[in-house]
Amino acid sequence: MTPGKMPKLAIELTGINKNFGNVCANKDVSLKVESGTIHGIIGENGAGKSTLMSILYGFYLADSGSISVQEKPTVIQSAHDAIEVGIGMVHQHFMLVDNFSVLENVVLGTETGFSLNKSLEASEYELHRLEKEYHLEVDINSVINTLPVGLQQRVEILKALYRGADILILDEPTGVLTPQEADHLFRILNELREQGKTVIFITHKLREIMAITDNVSVMRQGEMVAHLKTADTNREELAELMVGRKVLLRVDKVPAKPGKPVLTVEHLCFTDFSGVNRVKDVSFKVHSGEILGIAGVSGNGQSELLASITGIQPLQKGQLKISSETITPAMKADAADMRRFGMAHVPEDRQRMGLVTSFSANENSILGYHKDPAYNGLFEMDRDAILSTCKYGIEHYDVRPNNHNLRASLFSGGNQQKLVVARELERNPDLLVVGQPTRGVDIGAIEFIHRQIIAMRDTGKAVLLVSVELDEILSLSDRILVMFAGQIMGEVKASTANERDIGLLMAGIRKEDA
Amino acid sequence: MNERQANTLVVTLVTIANLFIAFLISGIVIWVLGEDPWFALKTMLYGAFGYDEGLGYTLYYSTNFIFTGLAFAIGFNCGLFNIGAEGQAYIGGLGVGLICLWLENWPLWLVFPLAVLVSIIFGGVWGAIPGYFKAKRGSHEVVTTIMFNFIASVIMVNLLSHVLRPPKEMSPESREFGERVWIPQMHEIFDWFGLEITQTPLNGTFIFALVCLLLVWRFIWYTRWGYELRTVGINETAAAYAGISVSKNIIIAMVIGGGLAGFVGINEIMGSSHRLMLNFQAGIGFTGIAVSLIGRNHPLGIFLAALLFGILYQGGAELSFELQTIDRHMVVLIQGLVILFAGALENLFRPQIEQLVKRISSEDS
Repeated sequence: MTPGKMPKLAIELTGINKNFGNVCANKDVSLKVESGTIHGIIGENGAGKSTLMSILYGFYLADSGSISVQEKPTVIQSAHDAIEVGIGMVHQHFMLVDNFSVLENVVLGTETGFSLNKSLEASEYELHRLEKEYHLEVDINSVINTLPVGLQQRVEILKALYRGADILILDEPTGVLTPQEADHLFRILNELREQGKTVIFITHKLREIMAITDNVSVMRQGEMVAHLKTADTNREELAELMVGRKVLLRVDKVPAKPGKPVLTVEHLCFTDFSGVNRVKDVSFKVHSGEILGIAGVSGNGQSELLASITGIQPLQKGQLKISSETITPAMKADAADMRRFGMAHVPEDRQRMGLVTSFSANENSILGYHKDPAYNGLFEMDRDAILSTCKYGIEHYDVRPNNHNLRASLFSGGNQQKLVVARELERNPDLLVVGQPTRGVDIGAIEFIHRQIIAMRDTGKAVLLVSVELDEILSLSDRILVMFAGQIMGEVKASTANERDIGLLMAGIRKEDA
Repeated sequence: MNERQANTLVVTLVTIANLFIAFLISGIVIWVLGEDPWFALKTMLYGAFGYDEGLGYTLYYSTNFIFTGLAFAIGFNCGLFNIGAEGQAYIGGLGVGLICLWLENWPLWLVFPLAVLVSIIFGGVWGAIPGYFKAKRGSHEVVTTIMFNFIASVIMVNLLSHVLRPPKEMSPESREFGERVWIPQMHEIFDWFGLEITQTPLNGTFIFALVCLLLVWRFIWYTRWGYELRTVGINETAAAYAGISVSKNIIIAMVIGGGLAGFVGINEIMGSSHRLMLNFQAGIGFTGIAVSLIGRNHPLGIFLAALLFGILYQGGAELSFELQTIDRHMVVLIQGLVILFAGALENLFRPQIEQLVKRISSEDS
């Protein structure tokens, strides 16, 4: 673009409103995306980013407002309309047929004539051209489920380009990638920009906005709160705009004073029902007064490891020691037993595991501890005792709204997580096991939950933290283990750790191999 | 209006609207047949509670539906679709019959608790076997319980025609057992207080059914066992997280459900026919599913729905007796429409009613 001239706009949204029942998802949202740029949209979970993009891609129809594409007013009523005007979308969860080849996936839905083979042959040439032009090398004959996620994402991008997309929307594209894979994605996006494509990049990670975008729009509670040039802003300002107040991005903590081992895991293995070894001979120790972080790309056995340690899945092989208790597979210890041995567990997925979402906050405040004599009479439960536990948790963990009768599903993600954290931390366990403590949680609640976890450590408890958010691992942990393909790839001291080293381990590359 | 009250209001209005539609269509059918629907409705209601004999029959039928409704509800709250109340009632009744035949000279105050226990054991075992298969082997309870209904039926036919039938009797039923173990009928109970009512099959079991409603209500919503049961029913992953055994609770729910269904035997065998006979449970188990679903699987709702079906059974019989063009199939049609609208199509008017309630409650505040 030449200075002084108005830049050409790829997308212009004006006054978009969208309500779901009483909930206002988008309120008078306007957005201008310049052609040939990477435009970031940042906001917390539930800020309305995905709704806005769904409107642009034709999944939802806006209640009011208008859309222009390439400076022409356009009505987009379906994904088909969006593709027609050159908009392509790469979803957070890939829309690929797992047992089809790359070529078949790309062609899917655009076949012509009766013979599938003919369409495939015709497309092969075009696909090769696209791969070369944008440096998106993938073997077009390999089957999707044999490809790593980074390559699967490339297929998604190819799919969009094959359909003639000039404007690409990427919804939280780095969630499933290692830092190296993410860097590679950024290179691809740069390439696309150079070729004149426009990219809309949705994320809640400040680092990525700063790394890749030209312009950034910030959303908060359904509204656009700022449009900025990335070069003119910084992480702190963006965080403040997202949350609406000042936030501390670093977690303050004093050095750990580790004591005796509280949890010892020895040669733990886990094989799932289809016979795949998900956890392979994992051993480690967590000491009192320290936070041990387990980093890794999601799906590398962390969930299975957590399930085996916490008794959700019966221990199959190996053994655990919690304080003085030794747990062997023969004991068939379940989650209730583990709690008795002094373990508390904030699970990875609060909605599927940590809460019964159709129960009230009150009933959820004793899940897992419902057999405690303190809550039980001879036959019936002691409602007053349960109520006072719940009220205490709501007060001290600042759960909003302050309503113990409300169904858990009606609390926001952050407040649901606070309900779980309150329940688990208030039992004063020796060992706290935490999985993805801040997934889908707003920044305000993240700060609060992080402080609680560190406070636990400082009172001399052992904390095992599993998270796919590398930032979280780095800022909370005292020691870091990296998991890849069910194995511990290595240990890193948090004080000397850097993202690059951990990233390599996350991709399964040991230093000595590199 | 808080969330819970609004919810209750929605559920109540939805049920009323559905019943209204079911009766409206029934009325149209009656009108098409050339009868006066208004007169038909009056006849039905009069038949169901216009005089004490009709009321007695209504409550007698309702007693059975309370038991099978509860049997279904307890499974439903544990995430199970127990359609085996039919067989569980049959086998539970067998237990009741056997104990009465065996101890027919014992006093009732001793035999009644034993009969309750035995029907829990018999019906409970008949529920526990499919429950075990579900919990340990993953066999779907809808398939297994319906198979167990057939097995129960075959067992009973065999026992009644070969083992329990007194020699030289033609009909496949046991002998009548001694009067000492008969549960007093309602007119006898009223008689103790000097009140006179017409004799009907309604007996003391009705009171027992009300006690069961109360106990099941407290069990499901106020005890730790009920808490575990509901957790398993809603979210098995959360149950595993909380250290609640899914398989144990599935079996428990099936045992309790089977036991409750077995109480149909107390009402029918000990309270009314005083002998074991074929098909005393016919249809009651299946109607229990509708009763529980219409009653939202809650004891209070089950009580009201059981009453409704008691009315349909008794009032319907009156109707087909009064009106020549309406035979008993018409009654089945009405019951079918009630099940269709209040059970299968229960969400037909829900969005509109939810809107309405939301508007009312927002005007309140």
